Amino acid sequence: MSELKGIYALWYRETKVFLRERSRVISSIINPLLWLLIIGGGLGSAVSFGGVNYQAFIYPGVLIQTALFSSVFFGVYIVWDKKEDFMKEVLVAPMRRTSLFVGKILGGSTDTLLQILILFFIGIVFTISGVMPGLHFSVFSVIISLAFLLVVTVGLVSVGLIIGSQMESPEGFQVIISFLIFPLFFLSGALFPITNLPAWLAPFIFVNPVTYAVDGIRGVLVGISRFSLLFDFALVCLFALIMILLGTYAFKKMKI
Amino acid sequence: MPIIETKNLTKKFEKMTAVDNLNLQINEGEIFGLLGPNGAGKTTTLLMLVTLKPPTSGTATINGFDIIKQADKVRKSIGIVFQDPSSDEILTGYENLKLHGWLYDMPDDLREERIKEVLQLVELTDRKNDRVKKYSGGMRRRLEIARGLMHHPKILFLDEPTLGLDPQSREHIWEYIENLAKEKKMTIIITTHYMDEADKLCDRLAIIDKGKIVVLGSPKQLKKDVGGDIIRLKAKTLDIDVLKNLPYVKNISPCDGEICLTLEDASSHLQEILKLVGKIDSVEIRSPTLDDVFLHYTGRAMREGSPEGGWAEKMMNASEKK
Repeated sequence: MSELKGIYALWYRETKVFLRERSRVISSIINPLLWLLIIGGGLGSAVSFGGVNYQAFIYPGVLIQTALFSSVFFGVYIVWDKKEDFMKEVLVAPMRRTSLFVGKILGGSTDTLLQILILFFIGIVFTISGVMPGLHFSVFSVIISLAFLLVVTVGLVSVGLIIGSQMESPEGFQVIISFLIFPLFFLSGALFPITNLPAWLAPFIFVNPVTYAVDGIRGVLVGISRFSLLFDFALVCLFALIMILLGTYAFKKMKI
Repeated sequence: MPIIETKNLTKKFEKMTAVDNLNLQINEGEIFGLLGPNGAGKTTTLLMLVTLKPPTSGTATINGFDIIKQADKVRKSIGIVFQDPSSDEILTGYENLKLHGWLYDMPDDLREERIKEVLQLVELTDRKNDRVKKYSGGMRRRLEIARGLMHHPKILFLDEPTLGLDPQSREHIWEYIENLAKEKKMTIIITTHYMDEADKLCDRLAIIDKGKIVVLGSPKQLKKDVGGDIIRLKAKTLDIDVLKNLPYVKNISPCDGEICLTLEDASSHLQEILKLVGKIDSVEIRSPTLDDVFLHYTGRAMREGSPEGGWAEKMMNASEKK
C-alpha cells in the first residue's frame, strides 16, 4: 500500500511537471513534424517505397523517433535530478528502489505517450484532409500501434534510467546522443525499407530492438512489414522485459 | 543509549580518505554540530548517516537501526534538509509538501494537518500556491525545512542550513531550529562551517578536520579549554621573549602578522604586558571564539568561504546566466 502511494507520487510529479512545461511539449511536437513535412515531403517528391507515399512510409518511424528521444532523455535526466533536484528527496524516503524505478517508468511513459497521442491526432488530421495519403487508421491499427509504442517506450525509458542511474556527472550526455539514440534511430528502418539491405548493414538493423517496433507499426498503419506482427511484438516485449530487469538491478546499485 | 552512534565510520574515495574512523555518540534531544572547513568530511558523514552513501568500512546506528542493514527503518526515523535544493521548482510549495506526505505514506487527513502546521511554522502559508521557482533562496530553504519536519522525524539532519542566505534569513532559521529542539524534543544534527552558527545553536559540537574529530564538547567548554581571553598585539618590533616568562600567559602564537596571547583574566594583566612589550600600534582584548578553538587544535585558521558547488553559488550562477 505504502509503495503504491509513493509510486503515485512520482507519477504525479512527472506528469504535472511535463504538462506545466509547455515549451517542452511544443518543441517535442515540432521536431517530428519537421521530419514528416520536410524530410517526408522533400524526399517523398523523388522517393517511394512499396508504392506508398514516402511521408506515410516514415510516419511510423517518426512516431518511434519521438518515443526514442523523449524516453531516453527522460531516463538520463536523473543524472541532474539526483545532483540538484527532487531525486535526493525521493532517495532518502522510506520507499523501495524498485518502486522508485516503477514510478519513474510510469511517469516517463506517460510523458512520451502524451506526445505520441498528439502525433496520432496530427496523423489522422493529415490523412483525412488528404495531405498525407496512404495511412490506414482504424480502431485496430491505432490500438496495435499504441501497444507497440507503449512497450517500446517502457523499454527505452528503462535504458535511459539505467544509464542515468550509473552516471555520476552529466558530461557523458553528448556521447549517449551520438552513440545510442542516433544509431538506434537510423538503424531501425524508420527511414527506409529493411527488405533488401546490404549484407554489412543487415546485422546492425536486426539486433536493434527498435527495428521490430517500426516494422510492427508500419505493418498495421501502412501495410508494409518484413516480419509477422506477433514476432515483432514478442521481440519488443522481450526487449522491454530485459530492460526492466536490468533497470531494477541498476537502481538498487544507484549512487548519488 | 545514544540515539546516533558511529563505529569506525570510514569513507574513502580514490585518492583520499574523506571520513576516517569516526566514532561519535549523539544523545537524544540535543542539537549536535559538525563544524569544520570545506572538505573536512562533514557532508560525507551526513550522507552516510542518512543512507545515501555507503561507508567504505565501519557503520553507525540511528535510532537503534543499522544504517547499512536496516536502511529502510533508518529512513523512517529521519528527516533531512540538503545543502543543495531538492524541491521541485515547477511545482508549488504545497505540492512539494503533498508529495512528501505520499512518499512517507501519511494518511490523507494527517498529511493536510501537518502541511498546515509546518507552513505556519516557516511562515509560508500565504505563498503555498506559488511555484517554488518564484521563491527566494531563503524561502526555498524554509520550505525544505518544513518538508523535512512534516513527518515528525525523531532526528533531523541539516546540511549547512543557512549557507548563502542573508543575515535576516539566517536569524530566522536559527530561531526555528532552536524552537524545534525545544518544543518537539527533536534531535538535530547540523553541519556548518559558520562559527557563529555553531556557537549559537549547538549543545555540543565536534570540530572535524581532514575526516577526523579534532575535539568535541560544548561550545562553552571548548572555548574555556583554550584558556581564558585573547590579547592581540600589533607592533613593528615586538620582543616576544619577555612575554614567554610570564606565568599567566598560556600560549603565544603569531596570527596574521600579529601576535596573539592566550591568558586568564586578560584585563587585569594588560597593563603589565603593555609595559613589557613597549611601543605597540594597536591592542585588542576579546573572549575566545570557536575560531580560536580551531586554531588552537589544528594550528591553522579556519577560513569562511562558500564551499565548492554549494547551493548558494549555484543559485547565483543560475541567476547570472538568466
